[in-house]
Amino acid sequence: MSTYPLLSLAIWLPIAAGIIVLLTGSDRNAPLARMLALVGAIASFLVTIPLWAGFDVAYGGMQFVEMGSWIPRFNVNYHLGVDGISMLFVILNAFVTVIVVAAGWEVITQKVAQYNAAFLIMSGLMNGIFASLDGVLFYVFFEASLIPMYLIIGVWGGPNRVYAAFKFFLYTLFGSLLFLLALLYLFIHSGGSFSILDWHQLPLELSPQIWLFLAFLIAFAVKVPMWPVHTWLPDAHVEAPTGGSIVLAAIALKLGAYGFLRFSLPIAPDAAHELASLMIALSLIAVVYIGFVALVQADMKKLVAYSSIAHMGFVTLGFFMFSALGVEGALVQMISHGFVSGAMFFCIGVMYDRVHSRQIADYGGVVNTMPKFAALFMLFSMANAGLPATSGFVGEFMVILGAVQFNFWVAFAAATSLILGAAYSLWMYKRVVFGDVANDHVAKLSDINKREFAILGVLALCTLWMGLYPQPFTEVMHASVNELLNHVHISKIQ
Amino acid sequence: MFDHFVVPDLLPAAPEIFLVVMALAILLIDLFVKDSRRTLTFSLSVLTLLGCAVIQVWTRIGGVAYMELDGDIYPIIRYFANAEGVVYTFSRMFVDDLMSDVLKLFLYATVIIVLFYSRAYVIDRNEMNKGEYYVLTLFATLGMMVMISANHFATVYIGIELLSLSLYAMVAMNRTSLAASEAAMKYFVLGALASGLLLYGMSMIYGATGTLEITAIAARLQDANGNLLAFGLVFLIAGLAFKLGVVPFHMWIPDVYHGAPTSVTLLIGSAPKLAAFAVAMRLLVGGLFDMAGDWQAMLVIMAVLSMAIGNLAALVQTNIKRMLAYSAISHMGFMLLGIVTGVVNGNPANALEAYSSAMFYVVSYVLMSLGTFGMILLMARAGFEADTLDDFKGLNQRSPWFAAIMMMLMFSMAGIPFFVGFFAKLAVLQVVIAAGYIWLAIVAVLFSLIGAFYYLRVVKLMYFDAPQDETPIVASADMRLLISANGVAVAAFGLFPGTITVLCLFSLAHSF
Repeated sequence: MSTYPLLSLAIWLPIAAGIIVLLTGSDRNAPLARMLALVGAIASFLVTIPLWAGFDVAYGGMQFVEMGSWIPRFNVNYHLGVDGISMLFVILNAFVTVIVVAAGWEVITQKVAQYNAAFLIMSGLMNGIFASLDGVLFYVFFEASLIPMYLIIGVWGGPNRVYAAFKFFLYTLFGSLLFLLALLYLFIHSGGSFSILDWHQLPLELSPQIWLFLAFLIAFAVKVPMWPVHTWLPDAHVEAPTGGSIVLAAIALKLGAYGFLRFSLPIAPDAAHELASLMIALSLIAVVYIGFVALVQADMKKLVAYSSIAHMGFVTLGFFMFSALGVEGALVQMISHGFVSGAMFFCIGVMYDRVHSRQIADYGGVVNTMPKFAALFMLFSMANAGLPATSGFVGEFMVILGAVQFNFWVAFAAATSLILGAAYSLWMYKRVVFGDVANDHVAKLSDINKREFAILGVLALCTLWMGLYPQPFTEVMHASVNELLNHVHISKIQ
Repeated sequence: MFDHFVVPDLLPAAPEIFLVVMALAILLIDLFVKDSRRTLTFSLSVLTLLGCAVIQVWTRIGGVAYMELDGDIYPIIRYFANAEGVVYTFSRMFVDDLMSDVLKLFLYATVIIVLFYSRAYVIDRNEMNKGEYYVLTLFATLGMMVMISANHFATVYIGIELLSLSLYAMVAMNRTSLAASEAAMKYFVLGALASGLLLYGMSMIYGATGTLEITAIAARLQDANGNLLAFGLVFLIAGLAFKLGVVPFHMWIPDVYHGAPTSVTLLIGSAPKLAAFAVAMRLLVGGLFDMAGDWQAMLVIMAVLSMAIGNLAALVQTNIKRMLAYSAISHMGFMLLGIVTGVVNGNPANALEAYSSAMFYVVSYVLMSLGTFGMILLMARAGFEADTLDDFKGLNQRSPWFAAIMMMLMFSMAGIPFFVGFFAKLAVLQVVIAAGYIWLAIVAVLFSLIGAFYYLRVVKLMYFDAPQDETPIVASADMRLLISANGVAVAAFGLFPGTITVLCLFSLAHSF
């Protein structure tokens, strides 16, 4: 194992890069700011590679652990570490940041330095969330990451950005404040420890477990988002700039799901079993009902936003069946969704930059003027629908298999998402891309340039790689997921 | 004839004595100052406060001690002259302990920053640009120092009156401003009423215990008439609540914050919170600790009401000073949560943690409050007050750096990490939960959520909106540097809150 503080680098390098980018100041230095941001993002991505390369797949505990005292008065430690569950998200996050910086290259012309800095800083903060093993440290990163996203939506967003930014911030804050109280309760109850790993071992009666689980649920359900607290997401997605939507979908939504695995399941396992049917019901509502909602959207971004909620419903469904297949499938689904939804939002951004509309009705026959784009967009729409050989299929298939073992009707309901997903994704694709050229705007479209092609190409490779050969992704998860499940099956009630 | 006269030990009060001598000297020297900027008066005032800080530390150092670590002997400076670190003087009317030292050092720093921030503002306004402005500031500081070190009801009262009378005059200094005169009048009338309540309460407690000395009261509580004590306590709490500015004794806060010249608002909104906290500690913890059940029950109601009314009323303000006034009410309510959770069902095990979290909260709040009012002063210029929320529109385009500073201050006030305000709230919530008041913690966070809205709105105005006013922000180098340092401190103490939290814990542990 490496002795370098890789996780600290993964957190603080992008933040430092963001501050350096901020120092370039006004838009006169925009090219420099973009360049520095790209260099910073790539460097931050490169430092995360050794996490995967040096990862011991046979070990289910925490690796690359760093530990130092932070606030001795409250016994808060700077305690970092990743296991097979969190490691891939750190890398995914760093990867997506590169994509985002590249995605805003020509599009963002106002306050370029601040834009790029916000994304870099957010990237660092989100790495902090995935790598934290201390409750306060986790919470601090969890909440601090709201600030850059609030600014991104509010400053570079669409016409209704102020409403969306406030809704995003206050919704998430509401959830996380109750989460904070749960952390403090655990701190007192465990005799003064904020270590998440200590809390995993803490015996708890059923009733406090239920309360803790519900407090966690509010925080994470808002973040995932689960039905019925999902309403902030379509607003945030529609108003956010393309980069913001990509980060929201690819990483920010994963934070909630990750929270379930790190907090809810291991800290309150009995409550999790007790409330599993509720969680499964909420997940299925997200999958089926939100799938129908997505079907009727007229706005492409809204459609993809709702499809994200439906996909995340799959993730929570996978968690609460407590089987290795379900949890691993959910994790694969999370990573796949990171690639696919990011790519979908980027595709919509490509069209929006040219036509300045996200309405499906304003398009038609895009394939005639943008053939290269249409081909790539097709791949991502298929992946969004869960077509075999794309990454979208692997996760959904694993979760459905897990569900069949669990209960046939749950599996049946979940499987409708394959139909619904195909319906909303491919129907949107058909209306936007196929047919005759709908109007002058579409006739004047120019095909994607090299930058856009490169971004979509890289994402397409990732999607196919994960679809055809998911082994490298799943093998790092095995040990950690098994350990988690073994832990969850042991009652904490004494 | 002087057989019974014992010369008191003046050393513990040396900073106070130095300050009063210097304040009188400055009053005289200023008569001969020709300079319209009053650089000499200003510098002397700042130097006086620095001198106080030096004396404060110097008079307490008790020589060198040696510490053994890993086999080596290291010299360390012993901070206390005597073992306990608590020194009484003037017939036990005045106490010098570690809490008073720490709070006074924070106080000097606060007032020095206040002087720097308000300098340009005062120079631009003729009626305030007088030597009295500085001298009154120093007297107000003296009043706060006396409050912090009071161990006797008379000392408490003298300190409070010295502070209040100086502030009344300072609020009214801008004579031509109708709003300021109105604010001064309100402040004076309500302040006098509150002093009256306080005195009434003190007299009853005197009646019950037969002494005015706070530590002696603590010893005699057992044998005192419970009804009389409870009656006196109610009035005492009322007077104290007025000074802290908590509901239902908060009415003066919005009017005075709003009407007073911003530089005076800055003073009222920062340093006196430290002094009021100290008086609360002295009276309630030092004197009436055995009645904790009674005063906690009263303060809990005040805390909840303050958070409710402060946060809800702040939502609808258009004037930023008024908004910050309501925010101050809510913050003091939050701070009270730390004071009311010290004793649980008669068990004081939680007390030290609880009071030190409240102290940390006050210190953090003062730091943030300095920064936000400092930002208003930074944006103000001759003939322009910059005190409406709309004046902050588009600040990010006018000055990205100061917009970032203000943003950090706002997020800190809202209690978002990595800023110091978050850790202050964390510390208080931790003791609330440790005391078992989960419902109180839930109420507190829900009102924080409501509060987050109006802080976010300031960020929204600065970042999402276009500027109404393109005038470049002009400020002297020291002002820019200091306010930058203030903003950075809010972030730095958020990243490394360890030292202050331990300092608060340590100082209280060695004081009561």
